[in-house]
Amino acid sequence: MTISAGVRPKSPIERLLAANSWLVYAFFYAPIMLLIGLSFNANDNVGVWTGVSTRWYSEMFRNDDVMRALRTSLIVAALSTVVSTILGTAAAIALERFRFRGQRVYDGLVYLPIIIPDVTMAVMMLLFFAQSFNIIDGIFGFKPLFGIGTISLSHIAFNISFVAVVVRARLAQLDSSLEEAAADLYATRWQAFRHVTLPLIMPGVAGGALLALTLSLDDVVVTSFVAGPGATTLPVYVFGLVRRGVTPLINAVSTVMLAASMALVLISLFFQRGTGTVATTEEEPLEET
Amino acid sequence: MALTEIPDPVAQELESDAERVASRRGVLIALPSWVYLTVFFAVPLVIVLVYSFATRSSTGLTRLTGWNLDSYRRLFDPLVAEIAMRSVVLAVATTLICLAVSYPFAYYIATRAPKWRNLLIVLVLIPFWSNFLVRTYAWRIILGSDGPLAQITEALGMEPVRLLFTNSAILIGLVYGYLPFMVLPLYAALERMDWSLVEAARDLYADGWTAFRKVTWPLSRPGVIAGSILVFIPSLGAYVTPALLGGARTTLLGDYIVSQFLAARNQPFGSALSVAVMSVMLVAVIVYFRSGAKNL
Repeated sequence: MTISAGVRPKSPIERLLAANSWLVYAFFYAPIMLLIGLSFNANDNVGVWTGVSTRWYSEMFRNDDVMRALRTSLIVAALSTVVSTILGTAAAIALERFRFRGQRVYDGLVYLPIIIPDVTMAVMMLLFFAQSFNIIDGIFGFKPLFGIGTISLSHIAFNISFVAVVVRARLAQLDSSLEEAAADLYATRWQAFRHVTLPLIMPGVAGGALLALTLSLDDVVVTSFVAGPGATTLPVYVFGLVRRGVTPLINAVSTVMLAASMALVLISLFFQRGTGTVATTEEEPLEET
Repeated sequence: MALTEIPDPVAQELESDAERVASRRGVLIALPSWVYLTVFFAVPLVIVLVYSFATRSSTGLTRLTGWNLDSYRRLFDPLVAEIAMRSVVLAVATTLICLAVSYPFAYYIATRAPKWRNLLIVLVLIPFWSNFLVRTYAWRIILGSDGPLAQITEALGMEPVRLLFTNSAILIGLVYGYLPFMVLPLYAALERMDWSLVEAARDLYADGWTAFRKVTWPLSRPGVIAGSILVFIPSLGAYVTPALLGGARTTLLGDYIVSQFLAARNQPFGSALSVAVMSVMLVAVIVYFRSGAKNL
């Protein structure tokens, strides 16, 4: 099926393709490597290399602003991931397994947050919260603050859609006859879902949750609009620093953020492999050997 | 299933009963996210739409009275047109560069042996999942006035290259940021392709180029379309990249919109800009899908 590398002698085109690919990998990784390397620079000046040191990392852990922002980031990410994974998975099931009135409108509503650029989303959330807080002020006589609450609510709003798309892709691949078989064997709807559907879509759910987690941890634009005196997240705090210039402290914080992203990639691969092979045994029975 | 084939009124009634129950259940499952997205997405969208017709008071507050089209009229201002033009040119350039680089790249990965293929694609997933802000920040170091690029070009005896705060810097940042968004759908399309069709073309004496043009390219078009949309849309609305790598004279739509809310305090005009950008994107996506669907 696949044209494998060793079958034909290497043609000039093949060589060009290979060269292009190595250049792309170099392009991907050189900036990341540079950043990681510079974060271990002992010098106060990013441009001058004087020796290896972990000084900026200890400085980072002693920095109260960084630590506070990190805590906010983690709380928001955890909250928004849990809620959006549940709502997004339900949305995927409703769209893929049921037919109901108003489904097309609902379908559009689920997909729109993905298509909309994040600047627009940011504007929408800012005006929405400002407007509704004015109304709350008018009725109850107090004004809620921008902070963890507004950030989490906004993150859930865009994460639901991403989870729904990932889970829906997984559901679409599945044969619904397995669920019908469970129903034929007198499983209740809930039992069929709990013991048949859910295990089968688990790689999709896990993938969607990890995507939501990553998007929440990475978001700058929407968060910077709805963050307030109450709280701000790590990327927004870093963004503020970066606009003022390059410092070794930012390099250290950035490296930690990169390490977190890479850990998430590894976790997601683990999920895809661990559950994926069980769920798709009929497709690739001999892959493991 | 079998019930539908029997023209029996009882069976038909049972069938439509079952359908009604299933439909009600579907709505129930959809309901939480439906309500959530209505409150926290559809309502905000409507608010932006309403604000775009409102008036700005002299102190920068928004008055929800005296509805007018002034904000939309301002969209045709030469300054706005220039910013919009620059954004569109940069977004198109980013998309084309990403496509030109990614296609041979994805093709190369998709034609490796399976065990290599997985490793090679994981190496694309890592930058894909890595923090966008951090990756853009890395280029601020590289392109800076005493950064590696300037140092290397100077050491080579050339005029030191200083690109930071220029359109080129933004273009590099956008390509770097969104390249994985192009590679992954292209790879997915090429990897899923039935390569025996290419072999069949070659057996029928098609040369390599013809086989590519008539078989591989059309079959990979869904990936090309998906990748282009995934790169074009965020590039057109980019904010982080121009904010970090651009300068005072390289304003793009993304940072222009943000400045209307944070610096200029002109919410109606900022809202009108958002609505305009959003409409252009929706139209682009719809047209692209329609044309793509026809040709596939």
